[in-house]
Amino acid sequence: MPTTTYELADGTRRSVEMSLGESVMRAALDNSIPGIIGECGGQLTCATCHVLVLGECYDWFSPPDEAEADLLEVVDDPQPNSRLGCQLVLAEGMDNLTVSVPTS
Amino acid sequence: MTATYDILIVGAGHAGAQTAISLRQGDFRGSVGLLGDESELPYERPPLTKDYLAGDRPFAGMFVRPATFWSEHAVTLLPQRRVVGVDPRAHTVSLHNGDTVGYGSLVWATGATPRQIPLPEPALRGVHSIRTRADVDRLVAELPGVSGVVVIGGGYIGLETAAVLRKQGKTVTVLEAQDRVLARVAGASLARFYEAEHRRHGVDVRTGTALEGLETSAGAVSGARLTDGTVVACEMVIVGIGVVPCVAPLLTAGALGSNGVEVDEHCRTTLPDVFAIGDCAARANHFADGATIRVESLQNAVDQAGMVARILCGGAATVAPSVPRFWSNQYDLRLQTVGLSTGYDQEIIRGDPATGRFSVVYLKGGRVIALDCVNSTRDFVHGRALVLDGARPDIGRLCDPELPLSTLLTTGPGVLTG
Repeated sequence: MPTTTYELADGTRRSVEMSLGESVMRAALDNSIPGIIGECGGQLTCATCHVLVLGECYDWFSPPDEAEADLLEVVDDPQPNSRLGCQLVLAEGMDNLTVSVPTS
Repeated sequence: MTATYDILIVGAGHAGAQTAISLRQGDFRGSVGLLGDESELPYERPPLTKDYLAGDRPFAGMFVRPATFWSEHAVTLLPQRRVVGVDPRAHTVSLHNGDTVGYGSLVWATGATPRQIPLPEPALRGVHSIRTRADVDRLVAELPGVSGVVVIGGGYIGLETAAVLRKQGKTVTVLEAQDRVLARVAGASLARFYEAEHRRHGVDVRTGTALEGLETSAGAVSGARLTDGTVVACEMVIVGIGVVPCVAPLLTAGALGSNGVEVDEHCRTTLPDVFAIGDCAARANHFADGATIRVESLQNAVDQAGMVARILCGGAATVAPSVPRFWSNQYDLRLQTVGLSTGYDQEIIRGDPATGRFSVVYLKGGRVIALDCVNSTRDFVHGRALVLDGARPDIGRLCDPELPLSTLLTTGPGVLTG
């Protein structure tokens, strides 16, 4: 199973196994990764699943659609590599995805 | 022997599940019991009238947390149990099966049950309401034999259900007794838009029309007799006329409440060590000018659960008001709402509803109190700050959809917290 690593604000790292088709938000909730709340369950209505996608991993995903881009404007300290975890769905070949959780 | 929990949560929906999750996130070390009347692990509710009903989402993907989560975090699940009595002095609850369970603190998160219509005969087949996964499974199992559906109630549940079933090719009639759909929750402009959209998809929306009675044949519903004298043939009736809060044991035990159980700003009931949260709890709401109301939304359930968990972990209770948020998906329309529009005296429409992308800004005395945004996440995002701000924007600028709402703020848009 592919592995995804979450870098937390306190400097620690958590690596979890993810299934294809699973979202970064869902994997975070299932593994109690702090800082990712996912209040609206992936409906692009809350922006509480903000992550930064590190390095070349950012290009693995198609760019945010308009609704996600709008929500990214109001997360804490948005960066060029900011994404909403609920929109990052693991596909074939995405092994060792690394994200950091800014609000953890 | 009576089991006792430091925190007993009654109700395993979103509010109850989040309370348990937040307690452990807050490092609560005592015992936690999560009691509910269903057999399933805590699962997401909004998909029940959307993608789960449509058959687009497997139930296995709807759990709030995976099965292992609860035992890993020392939350004892107590499924298939119903509390029938509360003894606030003894700090115990009594269950439908005669058992007694003790508590240090009780968090009542039972939600509400769908209001029923009177049936012309007992055990009539074909009449449904939607609140649980079991309700949806029962309904879906009957669909192959159903050609015509009558949906009673033009609220969010009724409209979402109508959209799903219409897309499946059923003949759908929506009956709304008020003069417009969404009458309790939205203004006239949004209502007219949704009526038109449903009609465009072939749903027969009848406003100002109520059910007079059901026609039956061989123990199953065969038609709906309406107050306008017509009869609509159907094999299924879905009732979406609101919910009744499940609070009888608390009220019987002496808790204050009429429509739901009344709670203070910290979600405490008038019974000692008893909190109530989510759909069942009536609380003075800053966004309703202080009116005591129940808010039926996921955001409300999760926010109140988080606050009560913080209090139970010994933290300071924050009473900074959390802006109400809600969403509804029908056809390709994503509706996102901010604030509470009840009591508005002015509607400003931004954009052209004919494009399917627009928003309605509700004002009261010149102050923005709510927004309904259709496929307009930008207005939804910026609108929250306007509501929090109590902004009094220039109406001319508000009308112009090219001007982002963020330009009308007195402070920055800020994050979506609060």
